[in-house]
Amino acid sequence: MARHRSQNRPATGGTHGCRRTHSRAYPMTYREPAGAIIATLLATLILGTLAAVAWQARGLSGLGPWDWQAVRFTLWQAFVSAALSALLAIPVARALARRRFRGRAALVTLLGAPFILPVIVAIMGLISVFGRNGTINEGLRLLGLPEIGIYGWQGVILAHVFFNLPLSVRLILQGWQAIPAERFRLAESLGFTPRDSLRHLELPMLRAVLPGVWLAVFLVCLTSFAVALTLGGGPSATTVELAIYQAFRFDFDLGRAAMLGLVQIALSLGAMTLAFRITIPAAFGAGMQETHTPHAPRGWRRGADMLAILLAAVFLLWPILSVTANGLPRIPALPLEVWSAAARSIVMAICSAFLALTLSLILALEVARGNSRWIESAGMLPIVASPLVLGTGLFILLRGWFAPQTLALPVTVAINAIMALPFGLRALIPAARILQADYGRLAASLDMRGAARLRYLTLPRLARPLGFAGGLAAALAMGDLGVITLFAQEQPTLPLKLYQLMNSYRMEDAAACAILLMLISFALFWIFDRGGRLA
Amino acid sequence: MKYALTAATLLLAAPAFAQDKPVLTVYAGDYIASEWGPGPKIEQGFEAFCDCDLKFVTGDILPRILMEGDGTEADIVFGLNTDVTARARASGLFAPHGQDTSDLSVPVEWNDDIFLPYNWGETAFVYDETRLENPPASFDELLNAPDDLKIVIQDPRSGISGLALLLWVKSVYGEDAPEAWAKLAPKVLTVTKGWSESYGMFTDGEADMVMSYTTSPAYHIEAEDDRTKHAAIFPEGHYLMAELAAQVASTDQPELAQQFMDWILTPEFQSTIPLANWSMPAKLPMEEWPQVMRDLPRPEKTLFYSEDEAEALRKPALEEWLQAFSR
Repeated sequence: MARHRSQNRPATGGTHGCRRTHSRAYPMTYREPAGAIIATLLATLILGTLAAVAWQARGLSGLGPWDWQAVRFTLWQAFVSAALSALLAIPVARALARRRFRGRAALVTLLGAPFILPVIVAIMGLISVFGRNGTINEGLRLLGLPEIGIYGWQGVILAHVFFNLPLSVRLILQGWQAIPAERFRLAESLGFTPRDSLRHLELPMLRAVLPGVWLAVFLVCLTSFAVALTLGGGPSATTVELAIYQAFRFDFDLGRAAMLGLVQIALSLGAMTLAFRITIPAAFGAGMQETHTPHAPRGWRRGADMLAILLAAVFLLWPILSVTANGLPRIPALPLEVWSAAARSIVMAICSAFLALTLSLILALEVARGNSRWIESAGMLPIVASPLVLGTGLFILLRGWFAPQTLALPVTVAINAIMALPFGLRALIPAARILQADYGRLAASLDMRGAARLRYLTLPRLARPLGFAGGLAAALAMGDLGVITLFAQEQPTLPLKLYQLMNSYRMEDAAACAILLMLISFALFWIFDRGGRLA
Repeated sequence: MKYALTAATLLLAAPAFAQDKPVLTVYAGDYIASEWGPGPKIEQGFEAFCDCDLKFVTGDILPRILMEGDGTEADIVFGLNTDVTARARASGLFAPHGQDTSDLSVPVEWNDDIFLPYNWGETAFVYDETRLENPPASFDELLNAPDDLKIVIQDPRSGISGLALLLWVKSVYGEDAPEAWAKLAPKVLTVTKGWSESYGMFTDGEADMVMSYTTSPAYHIEAEDDRTKHAAIFPEGHYLMAELAAQVASTDQPELAQQFMDWILTPEFQSTIPLANWSMPAKLPMEEWPQVMRDLPRPEKTLFYSEDEAEALRKPALEEWLQAFSR
């Protein structure tokens, strides 16, 4: 019931202005401190690790001109990547919103794939299509046309659009689906032309949704690391996160690393202050089912829509298929150690996912009860924190008490869970708000709380976004090389094995290992997401 | 979930099983301890006579040990690179190795009493003869080659081979290094974090040449029976890169640590290096090298900066490099 109503709810924020008010309209009968405690711990952890790094360095170091150039480049590429992702997503989302064809649901799911693709696989895929020796350039050479170059700022932006177009399409698609079908029907009966519909129905929705889409992608691109490494073409495409890594490696200058980490958080907090005006659209998970057949214009617009879908599918899926074709045949021949590393990584990813789910559920329920935006902001903080500073800070803080190698795996699990938290929150908060609005008063009047409330009300009602968020967390954790190298350990994860293969000249095995990594990431996402849908 | 947690506990607890034997903790570069590196052979070889348990702890060795200071668990550090020893030495964490280094098979004189080389190689641009028919015959030819000759290099701020390239260019061109970089920069397809990403791009056919080592072709010949990959040998000379071992002064296993250091230069240890590490042994008569290593073309000149020179040049050379790429 609630799920059905969510279709017509302005889950996209702002559109109808009631999103923030309804949860506060009901009296709160009790509060749980857990959410506030977790939010405080999160903020402490992220700022505390930064302080630990600065403390170890006996203070912050000043930044040089190259650091500032990295700051400028980071801002610029995040700005452009976010704008391009949001703009390109519009025609795709509109086409998907109003056209019905066989395999549409599967396509919508598939188009989400790049978002959970391990970065190393994505880069391999993009190079195999757009690289100097890639399919496109081979074609251009055959035709005698000038070649395209992927390396440079354009490569960084291409990769960021590749990663984030799926996210943008999802968010905007939900915006479209949130426009009640009745309005389109009414518009049609009033003789609206497609242009009129655009002006009166679609543009207001886009105006409400696009800034949030842009902001979400902007934040993700702000901490980009690996993409700029390979596709950036040289030091002029250095991002802040990369500069942090270099401060560690080249100068062992922890003070500068901490300073850069601080700058990165300041940039993001600046962007998030904007978020108090702009609402990041709710969720990717909630309500993707179709309740009505949309009224789509015919004629050339039909062709244009199909073209938009086709282009997006080719852009997003071709690199994945291309790299799969290269690596897949060798997977069975991978050495045993790779499989044991895979098993270890799967267990870690699942632990990470459950930890992320637990934390984000507690926070989301707290936010849904109407408890201040600071909890939500604290939950979003990990999206802007530097994993490198986080890892190093934890290393400094914990090594007095534990042997680092015994910590490597648990810390990796915890950091991955924390890094997945913002995505989990975005998926859960809207659903939790609806739950609170629809059942909060009833549950309170029945004095339903604790485990009973969780079991009979919260979990069943939130199963779908939980499944989706868990899938995201597991897949992102699976592909993360992360801080594990600093903590050092004897039990390598799959991404680490991949690097070991590459470092031993075994590039073909590494390519196969990358595909294995990708397949496991997809499978983990699918199982969680599916589990949530069936629950 | 319960099962997942149980499995996790088991996996995480695995190393906690008590060992009666004394443990020698060796911090090593990540690839060293993997089953494709020299680590397993080293472990097996040492444990055969030491009556101990050699434990590799892998990761970023230098940042980690600098952060840990005296409190480190490490007894041995294995896989440090030349060019960064100044900072390692300044930490005062290491003790003398006590070995005679007068007759090493390393092409430079070695007087360091703390850091002991166990292998070496030289920087070189590697190419595939099927894709690059006329490789540059000298560094000058490379600089003056048309800009559609594409090379991949590593970032000196994140990879040790990138730093070696910086010093290689400096040692060949000295004051003129900025001009050399200005000529090289347009040919640089991209700059990667470390060696492995670059090398992967080269084998995938993205780049014509990759900044690697004189010893790289040995892998392709020995493991893949592929004789098409070569290191371009330049008369200007090639820059030496050696990997080093040192014992930690604060070790709680001083005898074991010394035993390990004593073992490094023995023929038994050294003969495992070439084909497990794809590099030249530090002390082994050439007659005992594997055929593939003996057959590799050797540069006439090996360039090398002392650690103080390298440390002094590091920042100015980086600045020149950054300038060249920002044009």
